Amino acid sequence: MSPMGIVNEAVSKDIDLIAICDHNTTENSIAVIDASKDKDVNVLPGIEVTTKEEVHIIALFESVVDALKMQTLIYDNLDGENDEQAFGMQVVANAEDEVLGFNRKLLIGATSLSVEMVVDSIHSFNGLAIAAHIDRERFGIIGQLGFIPPNLRLDALEVSSRVKPEEVRMKFSEYHKFPFLCSSDAHYLNDIGKCTTTFLLREATFKEIRMALKGRKGNRRIKDEG
Amino acid sequence: MILKTITDKLGLEVKNANVDLTAEVTGAYVSDLLSDVIANSEEGELWITLQAHPNIVAVATLKDLAGIILVNSRQPEQETLEKAREERIPLMITELPTFQLAGKLYKLIGEC
Repeated sequence: MSPMGIVNEAVSKDIDLIAICDHNTTENSIAVIDASKDKDVNVLPGIEVTTKEEVHIIALFESVVDALKMQTLIYDNLDGENDEQAFGMQVVANAEDEVLGFNRKLLIGATSLSVEMVVDSIHSFNGLAIAAHIDRERFGIIGQLGFIPPNLRLDALEVSSRVKPEEVRMKFSEYHKFPFLCSSDAHYLNDIGKCTTTFLLREATFKEIRMALKGRKGNRRIKDEG
Repeated sequence: MILKTITDKLGLEVKNANVDLTAEVTGAYVSDLLSDVIANSEEGELWITLQAHPNIVAVATLKDLAGIILVNSRQPEQETLEKAREERIPLMITELPTFQLAGKLYKLIGEC
């Protein structure tokens, strides 16, 4: 996937907002945001953080500056160097789809930050913390930790496209207080938009989504949640 | 075999002093997926894991496990230790990695 490829794919599928959430890094979000200038899609910088417990938490930010603060914290707590033979090249690109360099961190690894520390840090950098693919046994918070820790201040829960929307509320009924999102977790261009969440908002921005998730100003909300 | 015999013979460090070590241990379960432990562990078993999150105490309480052993010298988080004290779930540490600990424990208590 290249920055221009991602933007064009999202535009062609009429998606208004996407987030770039590589594992434990946000370096490529800058290129995709640049590539989206003058295009009909908004791009948020994000990170899919791997906690110490091997739980995946999606961090979404309004600004690259905030996302980079989270990235610094992650890098300070992530050991190891990537093995390109085993895990492939970790390309850092620019908006023209040119290769700027390679990320040498072992991005597939787990940080030494607990799930609580990750969620609180995301909030301290003005971000949204979303438990990723909670229907998955591996790296989903329920699979890894048995249940969602009651005091964890998550902003939303994400389910993968493997769960049918009508099953979500029933399957995870004990977590009804959380907003539920579905997103594609796309690793290939074709997968972009495989699953989306429809919000009723004034515009497709981070601030509006945050308001919808926090249940404030009632006219902003996730469409099917009433 | 009672837990005290196991902690003595394997040199386990018990992190919470207030627990009863005379409970009978019926076996052990090894897993780092807490959902798997909820699904498959049995009452009276010791649980060997490297997860140190406070949720481990809730899982051990729910399943009436004999105790939790953290491997590789992993330290429990502060809240984990507090919860273990509250719930009186024996929380132990070993410097051994999982394979060695499970092997030694298996030799000690045999097939269950």
